[in-house]
Amino acid sequence: MTLAQKLLSRKAERSNVEPGEFLLLDVDLALANDITAPLAIQKFREYGGKKVFDPEKVVLVPDHFVPNKDIKSAMQVKLLREFAKEQGIKHFYEVGRMGIEHVLLPEEGLVKSGDLVVGADSHTCTYGALGSFATGVGSTDIAGVYLTGKVWLKVPESINVKLQGHLGEFVTAKDVILKIISILGVDGANYKALEFSGPAIYEITMDGRFTISNMAIEAGGKTGLFPVDEITMAYEKERGIEVEPLSADEDAVYWKELTIDLSELEPQVAYPYLPSNAKSVVEAEKERIRVDQVVIGSCTNGRIEDLRLAAQILKGRKVAPGVRCIIIPGSQSVVKQALKEGLVDIFLDSECAFSTPTCGPCLGGHMGILAEGEVAISTTNRNFVGRMGHPKSKVFLASPAVAAASAVRGYIADPRRL
Amino acid sequence: MIIKGKVFIFGDNVNTDEIIPARYLNTSDPAELAKYCMEDARPGFGQRDDIKGGIIVAGENFGCGSSREHAPIAIKAAGISCVIAESFARIFFRNAINIGLPIVELPDTSSFSEGDIVEIDLTQGKVVNVTKGVEHDAKPYPRFLREIVEAGGWLEYCVKSLTKK
Ligand code: SF4
Repeated sequence: MTLAQKLLSRKAERSNVEPGEFLLLDVDLALANDITAPLAIQKFREYGGKKVFDPEKVVLVPDHFVPNKDIKSAMQVKLLREFAKEQGIKHFYEVGRMGIEHVLLPEEGLVKSGDLVVGADSHTCTYGALGSFATGVGSTDIAGVYLTGKVWLKVPESINVKLQGHLGEFVTAKDVILKIISILGVDGANYKALEFSGPAIYEITMDGRFTISNMAIEAGGKTGLFPVDEITMAYEKERGIEVEPLSADEDAVYWKELTIDLSELEPQVAYPYLPSNAKSVVEAEKERIRVDQVVIGSCTNGRIEDLRLAAQILKGRKVAPGVRCIIIPGSQSVVKQALKEGLVDIFLDSECAFSTPTCGPCLGGHMGILAEGEVAISTTNRNFVGRMGHPKSKVFLASPAVAAASAVRGYIADPRRL
Repeated sequence: MIIKGKVFIFGDNVNTDEIIPARYLNTSDPAELAKYCMEDARPGFGQRDDIKGGIIVAGENFGCGSSREHAPIAIKAAGISCVIAESFARIFFRNAINIGLPIVELPDTSSFSEGDIVEIDLTQGKVVNVTKGVEHDAKPYPRFLREIVEAGGWLEYCVKSLTKK
């Protein structure tokens, strides 16, 4: 069986499940945020909901427009806060104790291998990195979970992505996933699960795995699964969680297989307006693409390793004149760690703005909206039309290393040639 | 169930940021969302009078991007009666089923033009382009999804079949 089949058959308490089957399953964790929870709560009430199925399994993270950017967003968060109080939901994360949902949940030890996690946020697939079946759903699905504890799912076919070779200097997990998306296309994995395997995965840290699984949805994927190995077990152990190793069977049947040689991979840059439009940074640098703004953060690249990498490049250098570099850590504990390691000093000395955790500009919410005609390079995951602001602005996607190098140069630049 | 209306054409990979840009997501009021339906794909679309009862026809991967249910809600609240596409992104597909926005998958939508009048029989899985005089066979829903649609949506199904009294 594939990893997806294994995880879902366990949940269904059956020896096997086949791709294409519809299952009605008990959910281990249901996540929603300040955009999607209000709708779920409203529907829960509309359909006669009084008490959620299990308040321990409900997570509410206001992260998109917080600290509240305007009155309407403040009203939305107020609704979440009051709902959490009324229902006795303790996993409600207030400003000052929060993080971007997909950085926060694993950090807090709320997700583990074997769990079925649904979230009214498309990047819920991030937790596949821990070997949990985690997928994005809609607000109605979440209302359904609040009412019944259950969700419907179709067993997906899987794409086996084998990673081999070794990552070169300043080539990162972000480059791996941008490359994969450029090969598959934005719908190449629609309705499918991505499964990562091969010797090179043992060189990819937990933070890197989160980055890779996070963007499975950018190829349309239902989730992005890593096997559970020493790296996963060590990460979980720090959180007091014991998990068993888990991987796909040798004879698992895949819908498609793909091999990526990391030794040949160069840092990638995804051009507007699709995450699949990746080119090598060597090509991009030749075009001298001037940038107005650099964003380093988000649920894709807002973890401590990402900030370390950015700091390594920014240390002793300055952001180019005319460029705004905004650094947004993914959670309070990332902020704390960055302070402890002196990274924040490096950022401030190089004249970056350093923010409290928020989704902010990633979805064009606040904290760095682009004007007409402006260009940004960002470590986020989407570069659709208008994603970071004006419909005539442009977003290029890249790793923290490429983003930081571009901040220093003022145009899209190769960190290896700085 | 028969749906008849005028076609509005969109391309491939129409994403949720185009369907309802995040700058309008500080509310979940359908009437408010409807005004900005397809705003970044066709500015002003949601505020046109002639889209009521209309049918969106698109290419591949309609509704890719975020999980925001605001996207199908905006389309439904704007008065669009059905979306026809060559394929739908996974979360958009389930959201549409869950909230009862009719969607139809056709292998090739390239023969449709802006303004064509189209008649859809959801039960029979037939799509007739009245203007062009061409009939298409739609991909039928699997049984489980048909049950949800017939119940009137996922929460109706939950309330009827899953919640214990
Ligand atoms: S950081 Fe961006 S992609 Fe991640 S949850 Fe927030 S808005 Fe979505």
